[in-house]
Amino acid sequence: MVTYTGADNPPFRLSMLIYDRRYRSLTLQAIVFILVMLAASWLIDNTLRNLSAMGKTLSFDFLFRRAGYDIPQQLIPYNSDDTHLRATVIGLLNTLLVSILGCIAATILGVIVGVLRLSSNWLIARLMTVYVEVFRNIPLLLWILVCLAIFTEVMPPPNAYRGENPAANMILFDMIAPTNRYTAIPSIGMTNPPGTISLGREGISWAFIAFAVVIAAAWTGWRVLRNWAQRVQDRTGKRPRTWWISLAMFVVPVLFLTWYFGLHLVPPVLRGFNFADGINLDNAFVVLWLALTLYTGAFIAEIVRAGILAVSRGQTEAAFALGLRPRRTMSLVVLPQALRVIVPPLISQYLNLTKNSSLAIAVGYMDLRGTLGGTTLNQTGREMEAMVLMMGIYLALSLIISAGMNIFNSRVKLKER
Amino acid sequence: MSETHSETVAYVRETMLPPEPPPLAESGAIKWLRENLFSGPLNIALTFVGLGIVWLILSTVGPWLSHSVWNAGSMAECRQIIAETWGQGASGACFALIKHRWNQFMFGFYPQVLYWRPVLAFGLLFLALAPVLFSESAKARRIVLGLSMVLTFVIAALLGAPVAALLGMAVLMLAWAALIETRPQWSLLASLVYPFIAVWLLWGGSLWSEAMVLAGFGLGFAVWRVLAARFGLLAFALAVVVAAAWWLLLSGPLASALAGVLPLRLRPVSSDQFGGFVLSITIGVAGIALSLPLGVILALARRSDLPVIKLLAVMFIEFIRGVPLITLLFVASLLLNYFLPPGTNFDIILRVIIMVTLFAAAYMAEVIRGGLAALPKGQYEAADALGLDYWKAQRLIILPQALKISIPGIVSTFIGMFKDTTLVVFVGLFDPLKAMADTIRASFEWKGAYWEPYIFVGAIFFILCFGMSRYSMYLERRLKRDHR
Repeated sequence: MVTYTGADNPPFRLSMLIYDRRYRSLTLQAIVFILVMLAASWLIDNTLRNLSAMGKTLSFDFLFRRAGYDIPQQLIPYNSDDTHLRATVIGLLNTLLVSILGCIAATILGVIVGVLRLSSNWLIARLMTVYVEVFRNIPLLLWILVCLAIFTEVMPPPNAYRGENPAANMILFDMIAPTNRYTAIPSIGMTNPPGTISLGREGISWAFIAFAVVIAAAWTGWRVLRNWAQRVQDRTGKRPRTWWISLAMFVVPVLFLTWYFGLHLVPPVLRGFNFADGINLDNAFVVLWLALTLYTGAFIAEIVRAGILAVSRGQTEAAFALGLRPRRTMSLVVLPQALRVIVPPLISQYLNLTKNSSLAIAVGYMDLRGTLGGTTLNQTGREMEAMVLMMGIYLALSLIISAGMNIFNSRVKLKER
Repeated sequence: MSETHSETVAYVRETMLPPEPPPLAESGAIKWLRENLFSGPLNIALTFVGLGIVWLILSTVGPWLSHSVWNAGSMAECRQIIAETWGQGASGACFALIKHRWNQFMFGFYPQVLYWRPVLAFGLLFLALAPVLFSESAKARRIVLGLSMVLTFVIAALLGAPVAALLGMAVLMLAWAALIETRPQWSLLASLVYPFIAVWLLWGGSLWSEAMVLAGFGLGFAVWRVLAARFGLLAFALAVVVAAAWWLLLSGPLASALAGVLPLRLRPVSSDQFGGFVLSITIGVAGIALSLPLGVILALARRSDLPVIKLLAVMFIEFIRGVPLITLLFVASLLLNYFLPPGTNFDIILRVIIMVTLFAAAYMAEVIRGGLAALPKGQYEAADALGLDYWKAQRLIILPQALKISIPGIVSTFIGMFKDTTLVVFVGLFDPLKAMADTIRASFEWKGAYWEPYIFVGAIFFILCFGMSRYSMYLERRLKRDHR
């Protein structure tokens, strides 16, 4: 038997770790890894020594102690006797609330402005350009402060709405009353309430569940209907007209439930010194929401404009040449291509908005940073634990949103061969 | 047929008619109005909505702006002047406070006699940027250089710089400009030295400590250059070790010894005296200058074939991009002392600059990674086919193209970072926006001034950021090599 001992398999020497390309990358990685580990252990060692010098230990026990501070706006019940953990959850919910509502409003604003910026109307196009450039090139903090100044300085106090000839009038059919402390909006009332399921201290109304079930059922029905229409089209070449059935599937049960529960808007009414019956939105929330919407809307407008411009005119013309109607051209040809360009940067704007909501610090809105990273941190003196937890929560939020983006991206990606 | 026809024609015009002007509706302003504002029912409606918006804005803000007062000592005086000029009940802007607090807007609490130092540091910035930014058009470069030199000198003189400083300033700037014009390659070296001069000018103290830091870099570079040919990667490690040894062991004693021989000292200014736009621009420029190279390294690391390095880069980038800048700033102000050996306490502005740089670098890395991914695969293969090693391929072929592709993204990251410098107010620094506005409002004479500081600061940020974005568009056009 002959063993081949050629030049390409020389015995291993230690110097090959540096000179041989095959091993050099391993050496390099090992060195980097060791250096990073050394740096990390140095930092951790320092931290532990500093903490022990101050007589502190790392512990998250403080989360289960009494918080002892109030939070102006809360989505689930909370009082100052609750734990820091519950305060953190309240803060997180407030962050989520302003982020989600901000994303929705900014998307609507951004789409409208983005489309109008391409309008053939010179005046409107210029106005939108001015809006986009002004809001994009000035810090968000300034917009938050300006909105805050508008709400605290320009808006009337609640009692300005009093009397026969009030100094201020409610807007939008007497439904909304902006004041210098809060904005009163209508609440939803029921003349025929169905009772609630209680989950500890929170309760979920049966009406809410009924609406959720009905809408989910209508959604499923709409999917089934669409698939059926597609099958019919594939078989016969003619697509049955389904829009009125699907519309009815959504509208009729919702209208029925609304009538059954006696759902109606309860406008805010001035009682004593303040508005009652409606919902009094804390101005900190309104200001933050407004500023985030206006600022992010400008960025989204640019994204939408770029997305529309990215679909070449030939695509529309080709679709018309194939005999597609304008509506189907839009939904089958233009939108899928434009959305592919629009959605990834749009999601990253959503991420930015969520992170920018931490500027709540400028208006005193109690978001995650205001509760966990603010009052809790200051009261308990647990900077390390509170900051780690807060950054972890923000990181988790961001990763969830970007995971969503990746799933969407892989679904709409061009299948290239 | 044709002959008979020509005979029957009674009259044939022999001269050209003068051209008629187009119909009134098809030319000039009317045509433009019809096409751009009133071309259909929807368009007409939009035009009226637009006019309504313009009217709303003008009618609310217009009178207030047109009643502005530029010379007054306090809010009360302002209101009195407005009432006297436009009658009782008229409201007006009181921009006099900008004039009154101008120095604080610009310099924060920087000692007044030393105002010339930040001005000089900022003026020199243009000289340092000249080889990078305005290299192509000699005319534009000379205009920018001349203007910035003259302005720096005049402003410094007006702000009461001592004669010795003015003389030194003039010599330094003229020598530097001459270097740029005659030896552009060498001026790049001067640009590398600039940050150290700027730090010295801004914070003062002995020049030797900055010089020693610079010497450490120089020493490391020299070691690497001498040994690179023989030891390759090992030379780099050696260079790092030599530089570190220099900084830790030799630079301190040497600096004090040299300071004893030749005391090149400026009056030290501590970080809590920084404020206003000096602070914003210091943090912004430092962040921009540091985050670009760091971003390039991170982007390359994230696209690297080496799994450990790639993993580290991904973890770093995703972590930084996942948390708000405010939390990082709080880490800088609250937690950084925990991570360092007991007893160390370093400068808050430096800490903020580090955090802002790391933050911007992570975004920069993603932008540049996009540029790297957009480059056709053929470019990478061509570089390999030429036999270039990794770093040569990156330096000569990949990065120039990838960076060019990513210019818009890079500049918008810069703009975002510059805007974010206003957030330093939340860690107790005196930013020109919130801290300044609050101070003004808390003062006795300017109580009740809400909008003026915001308008002023907003206008300056707008000019700087809008200028940056326009410059990036110009740069994109200038660097465009394809599709000529």
